[in-house]
Amino acid sequence: MKLDPKIPSGPLEKKWDSHRMNLKLVNPANKRKYKVIVVGSGLGGGAASASLAELGYNVKCFCFQDSPRRAHSIAAQGGINAAKNYQNDGDSIKRLFYDTIKGGDFRAREANVYRLAQVSINIIDQCAAQGVPFGREYGGLLANRSFGGSQVSRTFYSRGATGQQLLIGAYSALSRQIGLGKVQMFPRTEMLDLILVDGHAKGIVTRNLVTGKIETHMADAVILGTGGYGNVFYLSTYARGSNATAIWRAHKKGAGFANPCFTQIHPTCIPVSGDYQSKLTLMSESLRNDGRCWVPKAVGEKRAAHEIPETDRDYFLERMYPSYGNLAPRDIASRAAKRVCDEGRGVGPGGLGVYLDFAEAIQRLGEKTVRERYSNLFDMYHEITGENAYQQPMRIYPAIHYTMGGLWVDYNLMSNIPGLFVLGEANFSDHGANRLGASALMQGLADGYFVIPYTIGDYLANQKQKTPATDCPEAQAAEKAVREEIKQLLSINGTKTINEYHKELGKILWDHCGMARNKTGLTKAISLIQALREDFWKNVKVPGDSNNLNQSLEKAGRVADFLELGELLCRDALEREESCGCHLREEYQTEEGECQRNDEKFAHAAVWEYKGKNQIPVRHTEQLTYEEIHLTTRSYK
Amino acid sequence: MILKRLFQSTIGKKILMAFTGVLLFGFVIIHMLGNWQVFAGAEALNDYAQLIQSKAFVLWGFRLGLLAVVALHLWAAITLTIANRAAAPEKYAESKTLGTTWASRSMTLSGCIVLGFIIFHLLHFTVRTVPGTPEYFQQDLKGRHDVYAMVVHAFQNPWLVGIYVVGVGLLSLHLSHGLQSMFRSLGWSDKRYLPLQMNLARIFAGLIFVGMSGVPLAIFFQLKDF
Amino acid sequence: MNFKLKVWRQADHTSSGSFETYEANNVNANQSFMEVLDVVNDDLTKAGKEPIAFDHDCREGICGTCSCVINGEPHGPEDKVTSCQVYMRSFQDGETITVEPFRAKPFPILKDLVTDRSAFDKIIQAGGFISVNTGQAPDANALPIGRETAELAFDAAHCIGCGACVAACKNSSAMLFVSAKVTHLGLLPQGQPERNRRSLKMVEVMDAQGFGGCTNTGACEAVCPKGIPLEFISRLNRDYITASLMERPESE
Repeated sequence: MKLDPKIPSGPLEKKWDSHRMNLKLVNPANKRKYKVIVVGSGLGGGAASASLAELGYNVKCFCFQDSPRRAHSIAAQGGINAAKNYQNDGDSIKRLFYDTIKGGDFRAREANVYRLAQVSINIIDQCAAQGVPFGREYGGLLANRSFGGSQVSRTFYSRGATGQQLLIGAYSALSRQIGLGKVQMFPRTEMLDLILVDGHAKGIVTRNLVTGKIETHMADAVILGTGGYGNVFYLSTYARGSNATAIWRAHKKGAGFANPCFTQIHPTCIPVSGDYQSKLTLMSESLRNDGRCWVPKAVGEKRAAHEIPETDRDYFLERMYPSYGNLAPRDIASRAAKRVCDEGRGVGPGGLGVYLDFAEAIQRLGEKTVRERYSNLFDMYHEITGENAYQQPMRIYPAIHYTMGGLWVDYNLMSNIPGLFVLGEANFSDHGANRLGASALMQGLADGYFVIPYTIGDYLANQKQKTPATDCPEAQAAEKAVREEIKQLLSINGTKTINEYHKELGKILWDHCGMARNKTGLTKAISLIQALREDFWKNVKVPGDSNNLNQSLEKAGRVADFLELGELLCRDALEREESCGCHLREEYQTEEGECQRNDEKFAHAAVWEYKGKNQIPVRHTEQLTYEEIHLTTRSYK
Repeated sequence: MILKRLFQSTIGKKILMAFTGVLLFGFVIIHMLGNWQVFAGAEALNDYAQLIQSKAFVLWGFRLGLLAVVALHLWAAITLTIANRAAAPEKYAESKTLGTTWASRSMTLSGCIVLGFIIFHLLHFTVRTVPGTPEYFQQDLKGRHDVYAMVVHAFQNPWLVGIYVVGVGLLSLHLSHGLQSMFRSLGWSDKRYLPLQMNLARIFAGLIFVGMSGVPLAIFFQLKDF
Repeated sequence: MNFKLKVWRQADHTSSGSFETYEANNVNANQSFMEVLDVVNDDLTKAGKEPIAFDHDCREGICGTCSCVINGEPHGPEDKVTSCQVYMRSFQDGETITVEPFRAKPFPILKDLVTDRSAFDKIIQAGGFISVNTGQAPDANALPIGRETAELAFDAAHCIGCGACVAACKNSSAMLFVSAKVTHLGLLPQGQPERNRRSLKMVEVMDAQGFGGCTNTGACEAVCPKGIPLEFISRLNRDYITASLMERPESE
């Protein structure tokens, strides 16, 4: 597998500018002759579809949801970072770049992250122009809030629904292009395979989720903006439909999968309440601006929260990380919460929870101000738990929230398969081993609005051949394979439901490959997953048939992919014999339980190559070279 | 263009409904004020009637105008109702009122009944073809049309009183929603004025009910020496 | 807790449907309504029957996918929540719960509780946007917007496009949905250049999609999970009147 990151030469600040000068252009008249397939309609895919159509390309956009407006980007709550320095508090492109690299525990590619910080500025401008109602000061200018892992206020927000507003912005731009006929939209359509012609990505096989029709679509390039794979853990903050099928099937066709073990656990989610639970709900990190995390000092504390006096409380984040306090980055805050719970000091049912207390903030700011800032989050908490967080502290616990790993891409966001581009959470590029809050929206939009429109032109300008026909042998073979897999899934007719397999897989991963990992556990997990997968293909029950709307069949295909991806996740975690960011190997930690990196051996991205069904995949590496940044031990103390 | 939009779009038709509704509401108010002449005695009422009927040109102009307004109101109502029914052909097995009032849900029904009532009323007092309207009330001593006697005689009959009270009752109900709906359809409503508008609508609807049904009831129960 | 679920089953758009009753036993009060459907579906699967098709995705009330009419109320008995945020503590133990799809001509039923709401997308495609290409934007702070205006615009922009307003309306009117978008963009200075065109185009497509007219009953406001107020419909009417008056015959 050839992994050339194609990082432009020259000083870091000049790389993107000089690269854009060097990229080949497609002249406006010729753009009309190119077809581009975009899978996914979230911030990455939606923004890319709209921007490419505006440039003149013919775009086909696919999403499994009933409308592009429902992509899971919509659920991001807190905000989006940008190095605007509107607050005059010392922010700059360089600082955002540095915070992001450091937040990612020095496992991200410098050049990509710097570019992300650069274009962050344009994103805010673009979104404001689209009519995104950002929070504002009385003077009419944009307001900012603080987020974890940073000491400046650079997070722009729309109350507690920033993701929704940004997605509606991208959706409106996309809708405009659909109305103009430049984008052909395929909702309720799932990509089931990637078609390679002469080694280039030239098309996809899809299933219409309403009629069950299998179709082939060909183009000159394929873009995946299909999000992360956190649902491999079953319980997560992802949407129920979020899946890895598009990237996993691309991986099986040869795309390298980078750093699959970098999965983020978000510290502030509503704890699990029972085994019927289908989903975990996030409480925005922004709550940690004013909420204070604590647990009782004593093990086995029986008193209710309000009965515990100050002296018997342990504000553990403030104690452990005095300079960042409650705003410590996600991986660190999650592990701290896990640690105090492991000590037996957790609160709520099963002792799996910590308090997030607003009493002090309400005293300081008044309930009205707290209500203004967070009312929708408090309401949401109330709906789910039936508890009033204005009167008693919230209970929170970490949950799977984001995956930093994804398909490997070069500086142009192209995977090792020529013509296959990957955007947003689906790629591995910008967040290293841990993502900072409010950076996912930034990356999705940066990739979709401001990177892919430039870099795809360079690829297309070099493509002289005609778009392959839908009946070319490669397409027919891919379509046949898809049909066969569906047939097989429906024919097993076993005794266990898809959900049961998914839950079991999730439990294996959460137990052995969750917040803390070790060699024994990971080795065990790999064999457990292999056995589970084998059982799945013998004993799963997929009701219904394939020529109509069949949600079980959709789920079955996705879980089948998760059963393969889960194993790779464990393998990657096993091979990375160091701790960094969200990946904590118990064998490699300091006495205080902090991550112990091994820069000599592991300052690289691990890129996995698929070798065939039940074959051991091959691990390649892309060495991460740091020109600008000096690798240090990450400290938020 | 505005005309095309008015007659073609759902919002345009609603604007027509609201606009004609305002005019009809104005007419109802004037009609009610006229009715009250009955309390001033035969002389006043018959004089008033004489005044109206003497200017045939104005009277017929007014009548035709009113007819046109009613026709527009009806046309918009009928076409909208057909479209609305077509848009929601299937009902829920279980239905809830979802915070709506009976008046707002039954505008078509109340409208139809009011229309029937108006036709009856015209046949009764204008065309005078309703049985039980004797010839000798046609003229008073001064040779004017004896409206007073006609009205007083009519409302001795409990059936007629009943019809009129129910008729204006439904008219008021129709107006209690129609008046506030009018503000909204014409785009004059927002959070600040909404409570005021809703109260105004209810007050006026109530006023019209009292003011209109007051005449037959007062006559029937001899609240005054008629 | 134990419940009986009376659920609408329909094979596809062309078939006629009917109610089937299923039992859901040993339900936890803190279980969500959709999680009960999950359990019923697993039971159905194991019994060799076809599970109930229902739309859902984020399960936190923001994506707008879920769309059940529960006991005659779109999104169920709780105030300002979506179907996925309905918890079983809202029901009486032993109750029979009726579950139906959104019913409206412009939202054809695809299967069981799943409806096709793409008519909403078509309305947005007609004009629910500000025409600005990527890269054309001036600095975000170059255009100050008063805080109150921005907040009101957010209230409108918060619409999740679930279609409960249409489902609740006796006329299947989409006015609340359209008014939310027209209000959101019409309040902002960026939205002014296309303001007239936008309301005319969106209403045109709204009518063409077969939605009914608004009779101001207020059912939409009562069921809206995001609290979009009826007053926005008045704003839409106002904008529409202004736009119709300003419209020039030659403009398309």
